[in-house]
Amino acid sequence: MKLRFARKHLCIPYALFLALFVVAPIFIMLFYAFTDANNRFTLGNFGKIFSDTTTLSAILTSLSTAIVTTAICLLLGYPVAYILARSGLKHTQTLLLLFILPMWINFVMRLNALKEFLSLINLLDKSPYLNTVIGMVYDFLPFMILPLYTTLTKLDKSVIEASTDLGANSFQTLIRVVIPLSLPGIISGVTMVFMPTMTNYVISDILGRSQITILGKLIENYFMQSNWNMGAAISMLLLTVMLLFTWLTGGFKEEKNERGAGLW
Amino acid sequence: MDEKIIELKGVSREYDETLAVDNIDLYVKKGEFITFLGPSGCGKTTTLRMIAGFEVPSSGTILLNGKDITKIPPYERPVNTVFQRYALFPHLNVFDNIAYGLKLKRVNAVYEDEKGNRKTRKEKLSKAEIAAKVSKALKMVDLEEFEKRDVTTLSGGQQQRVAIARAIVNEPEILLLDEPLGALDLKMRKDMQIELKEMHKKLGITFIYVTHDQEEALTMSDTIVVMKDGTIQQIGTPMDIYNEPKNAFVADFIGESNICSGTMVGDKKVKFINHVFDCVDDFPLNEKVDVVVRPEDVFLMDEGKGQVDGVIESSIFKGVHYEMTFIVGKTEIIIQDTQERKAGEHASIFIKPEDIHIMAKEFVSNKYDGYITKKNTVCFADGEFECDVTQLYPGSSLDEEGYLVLPNGEKKDLTDVDVTAEVGLKDIEIIDNDFGGDACGSIVSIIYKGDHYQIIIRTDENEEDFVVDTEYVWNENDRVSVKIPKEKIKLTLKVSEGARR
Repeated sequence: MKLRFARKHLCIPYALFLALFVVAPIFIMLFYAFTDANNRFTLGNFGKIFSDTTTLSAILTSLSTAIVTTAICLLLGYPVAYILARSGLKHTQTLLLLFILPMWINFVMRLNALKEFLSLINLLDKSPYLNTVIGMVYDFLPFMILPLYTTLTKLDKSVIEASTDLGANSFQTLIRVVIPLSLPGIISGVTMVFMPTMTNYVISDILGRSQITILGKLIENYFMQSNWNMGAAISMLLLTVMLLFTWLTGGFKEEKNERGAGLW
Repeated sequence: MDEKIIELKGVSREYDETLAVDNIDLYVKKGEFITFLGPSGCGKTTTLRMIAGFEVPSSGTILLNGKDITKIPPYERPVNTVFQRYALFPHLNVFDNIAYGLKLKRVNAVYEDEKGNRKTRKEKLSKAEIAAKVSKALKMVDLEEFEKRDVTTLSGGQQQRVAIARAIVNEPEILLLDEPLGALDLKMRKDMQIELKEMHKKLGITFIYVTHDQEEALTMSDTIVVMKDGTIQQIGTPMDIYNEPKNAFVADFIGESNICSGTMVGDKKVKFINHVFDCVDDFPLNEKVDVVVRPEDVFLMDEGKGQVDGVIESSIFKGVHYEMTFIVGKTEIIIQDTQERKAGEHASIFIKPEDIHIMAKEFVSNKYDGYITKKNTVCFADGEFECDVTQLYPGSSLDEEGYLVLPNGEKKDLTDVDVTAEVGLKDIEIIDNDFGGDACGSIVSIIYKGDHYQIIIRTDENEEDFVVDTEYVWNENDRVSVKIPKEKIKLTLKVSEGARR
């Protein structure tokens, strides 16, 4: 048999990469999640997640941090994205760059700077939870603004004009037309912020001064104790939540009429 | 019917220092079908948008039923718009699109309070009322079964109908239509024209329609407003506009026409294509005029039997008629007739006096304000031109240093002297690139005038116009430059001989 080069062979390296570093680890995780320390099959890990108070409180902390952070990011990011996208400002690109720029500065440096700032205004010692939320918002706001900005720039101006023409004032137009039409961007932004905030324990460690334990931290703690099984089980739980969320918001549907939210 | 519903007084709209609409005065009578007609960029859509409230005039006032609405937002105006690209709400179905305005509407309702007093308050329309109105509107546009359909699944024509239903369901006093048929194919467009006209009759409200399609304007309107460069060229009934165009632009834009240069040679007598014709318009003796004759108003006869003899150069079958080109000397006359005369045939033409439309020439020469430079050239219209400065003072001459020497020996420095430069229409040469000449710009208008084209070249910086008569055809928007022979620039000193700042 003669070996012939075809264009599809170019994807072999990536397929190997996927198999080795994405598919295989998932199976390894699955294996650990459903076995105990003696490699025997068990559902006990999941049972423990929902019975152990530390895990339960970590789940609650993670959820509440993620929900509050996402809500704040949405409330802050939407007006910013709207103004950048639609008000016809002259230096939109520069302004947008200013919002994106923090993403390019080293993460740890950024957080430590924020920590210093918070201690400067005497906020650091007040509430670890509040500090964590501030840090999360600071860190993830650009991920909310970008997809919103992309959808809002593609919004047809004449649709907004049609709404005002038919008797809707600016607020009614926002509620009835602009927000519904920017829903793909909102979903995309929420996904981009909600998921990482559930697990990003670097922020809660630095700003919450290790008093805030979110799911990511919990996984690390288990791994530090070489308890691979519990860590894997929690990871599987998170993965399931993400898949569910994406499925519910229609992320798996083929983009029928693309409104440009597919930034990520 | 003579009540004014909308009145525009001295309305202008500026965008980044260019005037989209330039000081227009206009009124619309209640219940009429009025069309703003003109080429793209003439300001027709901007005018419509100011009436809708999407744009605020830079100056001037807009009155609705005598009340100033210049600064009132669109949602408070009793006006609805049908948009060029429909602008339907993609997230709502047909029913919800049409019901959009109704759901926001608050109507005065009379009720009795506890003490039995009759009072009025603002109330929402009930679901049943809304449904009834929507289905009535859908019936009006022949889309009865479509209520639950997703608007993105509709064809262009159907979307157009939904857009119309969405506007008329609110029972506006004025319906604004911004080139609503532009995206439809020819057959559908013709059908919709008739339907819109019928809808106008049925509803009895005022329609303001914007289009660049002259045929559409002629078929549908009670009144046509012809616009160009942000100004109104002519307002009149379709018949007036077609038969009595006010200037060469209107004549050229509305239907086909022959435009020739002529001279008044007597009382209601005009000479063009080397023949004196009787006409019905009065102009001063010896005045140079533009003569406009519609192709269907020229009758072909056997040689020697008409007013002017010539040769048929070409003949094309156009369905209902033949379009023939008739040559007299150097002038082409387009003729439409149901009887064909073959190319090469000698023939004669006859034009009735009432079919000869005479209008004042718009441009006789180009005049500019300019100044003399150090090098004894003249600057005007964004360019620097070689010229003969000695014509400013009779009998003067130039010395080697560039000073002007008057006959009495006095030396004069002409640098920065303000002058008026005049250049004839035929004295400007057009060059096919933007660096070969002394000033450059783009072609903004071309009108064929029988034996030559009249071209307007507009410079970029100060938007000065060069009006040029030439035998050669150019294309609109071509980038060109102009050259003017030294001896063809006529300079005169400005009255106040002050130096430039």
